[in-house]
Amino acid sequence: MSAEVLPYTVKPHPVTGLYNGKFGIWLFLASEVMLFGALFSTYIFLRIGAPETGPTAWPTGEQTHLSWKLGGLNTLILILSSVTMVMAWVQFKMDNLAKGRMYLIATAVLAIAFVAIKLKFEYMHKFHLGIKPSTSVFFAIYFTMTGLHALHIIGGVVVIAYFIGPGAKLWHENREYYTNRIECTGLYWHFVDLVWIFLFPILYLL
Amino acid sequence: MSLKAFHIIFVIFSSLTALGFGFWAIRHYRLHCELAALIVGIASLVGCAMLIIYGKWFLRKLRGVSYL
Repeated sequence: MSAEVLPYTVKPHPVTGLYNGKFGIWLFLASEVMLFGALFSTYIFLRIGAPETGPTAWPTGEQTHLSWKLGGLNTLILILSSVTMVMAWVQFKMDNLAKGRMYLIATAVLAIAFVAIKLKFEYMHKFHLGIKPSTSVFFAIYFTMTGLHALHIIGGVVVIAYFIGPGAKLWHENREYYTNRIECTGLYWHFVDLVWIFLFPILYLL
Repeated sequence: MSLKAFHIIFVIFSSLTALGFGFWAIRHYRLHCELAALIVGIASLVGCAMLIIYGKWFLRKLRGVSYL
């Protein structure tokens, strides 16, 4: 379907002041805020309600078996990936496909590194120790929140890979439309990274 | 809100996280004498400063782009 058939893919809609893709992604992100908001609230209530001592007490420090070093490294990786994502968008706005693609590839590589660290060094380490989501309330919420977040990262990588590969055809047909799609991907990516910025301190540090 | 505006918000939160993590790591070093924590703590505080500088640079670079 050509860009002319779909209205307001490039120019802003007169009612919303946004092109339709951006309006759509913000509606989607609003639903994501509710999803993660519910999980963060669950975490807070579970932690407040946990007894201070005894076998069901909330684990802290080494009891959690979480490595703050790996968590910090993953935080750095995601911050860098947001920078490369926004730089890709800037390059596309400056009509530079080659550099934009290079930044998109860097974003995808950083995202894959994040997921690899999460799976190989964090999840596998816990499974080797016999820790599963059913081990305790803490690990149930830990695996739920970080697992859901990792799935979002994987979803983002699929979208970025599409725009590096087959989706880049759109660049030759309608540059502004393609750049707008990259902006929408960037908004999603920033949201997912922002979720981690909140997950990291509550799970690894506090 | 454009990606430009959202990126600025992200940089602000990232700077605060780097600042908090830096202080947390230095406190961890004082409690457990783990040298790695001191190094990470200092690196995190430097990272916080770098993020602020980057944020200013980013705003200058994208002066002509809308926040909407």
